[in-house]
Amino acid sequence: MVRLADLSEPERNYLLGRTKDLTGFDGRPWVAGPALNKRRVAIITTSGIHREGDRPFGDGAADVDYRVIPGDVSAGQLVMSHISVNFDRTGFQQDINVVFPIERLKELAAEGVIGEVADYHYSFMGAPPPRSLEPRARQLAGMLKKDRVDAVLLTPV
Amino acid sequence: MGALGHFLEEEGIATTQISLVREHTAVMNPPRALWVSFILGRPLGVPNDPAFQRRVLVAVLGLLEAKSGPVLDDYPEDAPRPPDEELEGFACPFTLSRPPEKSDLAGELQREIAELVPWHQLSRKERGRTTAGMSGLTAESAARFVTDLIAEPSIPSYRDDLTPAGALRLVCHDLKAYYFEAAAAQPGARAAMEAEQWFWRETVIGQVFFKLREVCMAGEDKALRHFGAKNVVPMAISAKPDGVR
Repeated sequence: MVRLADLSEPERNYLLGRTKDLTGFDGRPWVAGPALNKRRVAIITTSGIHREGDRPFGDGAADVDYRVIPGDVSAGQLVMSHISVNFDRTGFQQDINVVFPIERLKELAAEGVIGEVADYHYSFMGAPPPRSLEPRARQLAGMLKKDRVDAVLLTPV
Repeated sequence: MGALGHFLEEEGIATTQISLVREHTAVMNPPRALWVSFILGRPLGVPNDPAFQRRVLVAVLGLLEAKSGPVLDDYPEDAPRPPDEELEGFACPFTLSRPPEKSDLAGELQREIAELVPWHQLSRKERGRTTAGMSGLTAESAARFVTDLIAEPSIPSYRDDLTPAGALRLVCHDLKAYYFEAAAAQPGARAAMEAEQWFWRETVIGQVFFKLREVCMAGEDKALRHFGAKNVVPMAISAKPDGVR
């Protein structure tokens, strides 16, 4: 699971309650691009991970900011400071790829399934209302273009 | 997550995403999404299973080849559960010497942490890393901060750059990471839900966290009250187990 029917009632009610904050995205943006094996791919996660020593995520206004994760990051450098206690962290503790599949992505690039892996990847904390991420997300688009990224993989928690 | 897909695509960058809550994604209609049936916190399904992760990743990246959208596909594979016989031994992976005394929760917590030291050391050695340590405190000092705060809710933060709520959040994160990493070093597979039940139902730290929630919510510090209400005990464990003080 996660099928809502399998969750506890408080969790189910909470998730259904959040649905009202998710409306209004009525545009249908659609960007075409080259074949998958020509794409340069970056990961953006909303799991609230970052390098040890980076400012942890928290409750403040600045916590809609993103953190930068260099492509050559090692597993031992990554920690998770997402404020929610309502998701599993033991998977990430065992293997960063279950949240941030950087090693799998590099393998796909080596095999020619995708073109390249970007030099930089990014992390948000998915707890704030979605609209609050908009300014930083649009700013981030410029950084992605400078890194010649033409496909982004988004991973939640 | 779906919002980022909209924003980035409007800026000219193609996106594809994993969806953990299908109902949310269906409302938001991001350009490309693959719903997976995995538990919250594991978008790629299974830790330490590169073949499984690869299949998920190929499926979600494959949506970039779609000719039109929005696309919301369902991934057909569930994450496997560890065999039942391996889970049976997880009810209490550490044999505590004696049950916690009502009058000395702080002391019992220190003793429980000490009993976990070899398992956490083993975890660090096997994984080459730990996700505990953001607070800058050892597990023992982190636990002391929590039990001191329960005894005296107005104690100052242990760090000048953190509010009491901010400090407490990192401390609680570190203690949970310490326990779950130590537990996972035990022989046999671990299912996330069983680990969660063990932490909240069978340990001293679980009892301490229930008490911490109570103290935070009764205090005068607004940030601590919010933290206590939302960020100490998961919603799935919201009711106190029988016998917890």
